[in-house]
This record gives sequence, C-alpha cells and structure tokens, in this order.
Amino acid sequence: MTLAVGAPAPDFTLPDTAGASWSPTDGPAPATVIVFTCNHCPYALAWHDRIADAARDYAGRGVRFLAINANDADRYPRDSYDAMRRRVEDEDWPMPYLHDASQEVARAYGAQTTPDVFVLDAGGVLRYRGAPDSDYDDPGQRAAWLRAALDAVLAGESPEPAETRPVGCSIKWKARGAR
Amino acid sequence: MTRIPDIELLWWEGCPSTERALADLRSVLSELELDGAPITMREIRSDEEALAERFAGSPTILIDGVDPTAAGEDPPSLSCRVYRRRDGRVAPTPDPLDLREALAAASEREEVDR
Repeated sequence: MTLAVGAPAPDFTLPDTAGASWSPTDGPAPATVIVFTCNHCPYALAWHDRIADAARDYAGRGVRFLAINANDADRYPRDSYDAMRRRVEDEDWPMPYLHDASQEVARAYGAQTTPDVFVLDAGGVLRYRGAPDSDYDDPGQRAAWLRAALDAVLAGESPEPAETRPVGCSIKWKARGAR
Repeated sequence: MTRIPDIELLWWEGCPSTERALADLRSVLSELELDGAPITMREIRSDEEALAERFAGSPTILIDGVDPTAAGEDPPSLSCRVYRRRDGRVAPTPDPLDLREALAAASEREEVDR
C-alpha cells in the first residue's frame, strides 16, 4: 500500500554506512526528504547528483535528507551493506545512506522504485511523493519537482504537483518469508 | 550493397527503459536508411533465462548476435542495465551514437559468421 499525500509518515530508525542510527524524527526540521535509492539502478544513478545537489543547497535551511537502500542484496550484491559503505567512502555524500535490510520501511512507505522521493513537512506529514523531476536524462532539470516541493513546504504551502509518477527500477523485494 | 543486420532487443518487464531503447534503435535505423530492418523482441523472464542468455540487464541489444556495448563487467541478472553515454553520464539505455556506429559497421559487412 502506498502512503497517501496528507497522511502522517511512518517513523523508523535505520543504520547508516558507519553504523549510526537515523530517524526522520531526530530533532526538529522544517522539512525532511526521504529518497529510496540504490547502487545498481541506472535511474537512481542518473538522478543521484541532482538529489545530492539539492541536499547541499537546502542544508542551510535545515532540511533533512535521508537516502535509503531497501533492495534485496542476496539477489543484487551490488546493493549490499558493504557495497553501500564502499560507495559512500568513494563519493561525497551530503546525506546519510541508510540500510533497510528488512524492507519494512520501504513497505511502510509503499516505495515502488529507485529513486522514489517523499517530502515530509515539519510535522511529519507527507506533502510530495514521486520523481525528482520530469527527465532522468536531463541534468538541467536539477530535481525541479523536489525543489519546488521543498520551497512550498518551507513557505507553508502545498506543493504543486503534490504527486508524480515515480520512475526507475522496481524495488527488489525479497521472496516472502525471507528476512 | 547494404545488408540488413540481425537485430534483437532483450528486455525484462521490471525495467521501464524498453520503450526508449526501441525508439532510439528505430531512430538510428531510420538515419541509416535501414527502416525496414526487423527487430526481434525477446523477453527475459527468470534468473535462469538471464543466466542462460548471459543477459547483462534490460535492455540489451544484440546486432548479428553481438552486444556492441558489452563492457564485460555486468554479471547476468534480472535488472536494469547501466550504460555510460559518451559524455560520461549514466543512463538506462545505450548511447544512440554507439548504436549508430555498430549498426553502420554491421550493415557494411558482407558476411557474418554466427
């Protein structure tokens, strides 16, 4: 089931690549961005720099960014916890990269693809969900939908659009019963 | 005389880039005046099939049975394939310039050993 815009977002605690725990309710923030992403998907990789740039640009305004990888690492070893750690070591990440090994957070949010972006307001209510912008192949878009949603939330307004179709690789779910 | 290469597009339903790859392929064929070249669409449905076909991800385009963009590092799997454009950007489909080069070369070849 997908989390509806206007609904309170589920809380969670997940480890980052250094083992530290993170939650969307770790202290006050005027907005929180949760991005389901991964290492192996070309769509997630194509959009990554734009999302990271947005994280840097909005850090001064107190916006919290959390990236989450929920893919089944048994079938997709490039999404293992070790591979996540290596990637963060090799790259300049402006946000923690969290591991959702049980996939419970991805299921609670109804995440479908990598990437899949969720923007929460200061009260933890979902205000935008979908793609970062309209074209993975155009870096000039600069995650325009995500930035517009953040600008609206920071201004106390409703994002327009509040929802777009997430585009990317399907989340790689574990077989039922596997943990 | 220009020959029509044998073209296959291998795809997996979990990846949304098939349509774009097919459109790019048709566009390149048109540029090369190979509009009539048939494209065989082949769906890869399971890990076993991916392994048997050495499917490096969706989409994979074979020209005369050869993957012109194979870099050799992609293990067979049911996944979306990561391509590098000529400008270095990551993309879910091959660079059309790479396709054009491979198709042009294939169309000029006289005989193909399969």
